[in-house]
Amino acid sequence: MERIRKLRELPLHLMLIPSVIVILIYSYGPMLGSIIAFQDFNPVKGIFGSQWVGLKNFKFVMDIPGSMQILWNTLYISFFKIVGMIAVPVTFALLLNEVSKQRFKGAIQTMIYLPNFLSWIILGGILLDILSPTDGIANQILGVFGIKPIFFLGDKFWFPVTVIVTDIWKGFGFGTVIYLAALTGIDPSLYESAVVDGANRWKQTLYITLPGILPIIVLMTVLSLGNVLNAGFEQIFNLYSPQVYDTGDIIDTFVYRLGIEQQQYAAATAVGLFKSVVSFIFVSLSYVFAEKFANYRVF
Amino acid sequence: MKHTVSAGRKVFVVFNYFFLGLASLLCILPFINLLAVSFSGSTAVAGGEVNFLPVDFTWKSYEFVMKSREFVRSLGVSIERVILGVSVNMLLTILTAYPLSKEKSVFKWRGVYAWFFMITMLFNAGLIPWYMTIKYTGLVDKIWALVIPGALPVFNMVVLLNFFRGLPKELEEAAFIDGAGHWRILWKIFIPLSKPSLATVALFCIVSHWNNWFDGLILMNKPIHYPLQSYLQTIIINPEVIMASAAGKSDYTTLLQFVNTRTSRAAQIFIATIPILLAYPFLQKYFTTGLVLGSVKG
Repeated sequence: MERIRKLRELPLHLMLIPSVIVILIYSYGPMLGSIIAFQDFNPVKGIFGSQWVGLKNFKFVMDIPGSMQILWNTLYISFFKIVGMIAVPVTFALLLNEVSKQRFKGAIQTMIYLPNFLSWIILGGILLDILSPTDGIANQILGVFGIKPIFFLGDKFWFPVTVIVTDIWKGFGFGTVIYLAALTGIDPSLYESAVVDGANRWKQTLYITLPGILPIIVLMTVLSLGNVLNAGFEQIFNLYSPQVYDTGDIIDTFVYRLGIEQQQYAAATAVGLFKSVVSFIFVSLSYVFAEKFANYRVF
Repeated sequence: MKHTVSAGRKVFVVFNYFFLGLASLLCILPFINLLAVSFSGSTAVAGGEVNFLPVDFTWKSYEFVMKSREFVRSLGVSIERVILGVSVNMLLTILTAYPLSKEKSVFKWRGVYAWFFMITMLFNAGLIPWYMTIKYTGLVDKIWALVIPGALPVFNMVVLLNFFRGLPKELEEAAFIDGAGHWRILWKIFIPLSKPSLATVALFCIVSHWNNWFDGLILMNKPIHYPLQSYLQTIIINPEVIMASAAGKSDYTTLLQFVNTRTSRAAQIFIATIPILLAYPFLQKYFTTGLVLGSVKG
């Protein structure tokens, strides 16, 4: 019996071989490679030849002026992104739910969902153009109202604000579509009985619609917790410049400059490892919560 | 029952339509502005006359861009990576989703493998070790650097896995009794029945390969190996490069009367957007169903 079962399972193992090899090398390999965070890594000597230095790299990074500011920037930007990415799509879905003309509703969805599929290269190029203080269309429009040109991407205050707003601009269509899908699952008889009880549209929204999509809101919120240290590398990398490092530099852009540009591999890996470990805790917790509160399971 | 609409409701409805209309215009007006700039003459653009309609309509910026060898070459690299990358993605996604979709009674090792893949969704080792692994395996400056490290998109695999699980078990059992093995069942039953789901996953893969620029930027030392989006990244950061490469060449002099940095950049960005725009109707249709399949289940 046991032999027959094993024989029947054999093709299943064979199918998994290519994926296991790729994941082993390119996902587990780097995990193992993270140990260079504890070495005085020298690319010539390699992982096995370099000297162990304990936590020296971590101390080195903490002593870099501004490293705490980078952590703060990361948390600040990602916090407002997470909040906005819940509030804006929920509001939009509720407002769209009040629209009775189906074609208008469809057209709106088509328009707001588009930026989601474009890369930050495309969107970065567009934003650099329209937000330019000299000839960008955004400042021309502000000029009509008598507002002085704002250097959205070059001003220390405006840079993180612009990053947060444009990220929500890119992504809110996706959330809206998810919540709209959830809205269709609400039992219509609930609304009918509410009307009989004399509830107006506002009361219906408050007591039926919102509670109806609450499980999905909770799920999306919990899953976004895993992103607390992801402030959006692809976006910021394409929009920032040295004059906004004070408020716009985040962990990932810092790792890039330290590791790829300055080739301080060990120090950059130390920062990356710190981020990986903290993210691991948050992502794991978010999956545990998602399973507990929303019955969501990945596998 | 008579429908009564209160005055407050009327005000709300008008406001609601106005607000939603305005907000969604904000999502597409930047693209219309880009399109207008790309079709306008350089003098009008430099003078700030272009808003949402082209001024001095001309194709010259597109002509200029298509003459740029760097642009056309990177377009070729992008097409190559999408074809290679998506083929490999689909192959590995199917071959992994099938065994993992089995019950533990059929496949004893399922749990072990599932954790093996799950861990990669929880822990990401970070940029530098990832870069060095790819370097050590000798892929740098090769097209395979853009294909092999991400050969198995784990999230997409989970989407397909959940779809496979929803297929009726009886079909498989009947085929098994008729003497079909797992390879045959996968090929003859699972794949034909999963076409919508496979289309969703393929679209995910196409978009992510087309949009990915970061791997090209750091894994390719020579700009001649850049895919389109990586190449665009360099011209967005430093837009003067393309103009400088054209300056002084005689066949460009007439073109340069109509083209400047902004119009040529707009034209290049727009060309890179076209594939996504073409795929957009399908994306819109499949992305939500795909995601719902992949995530929310009882």
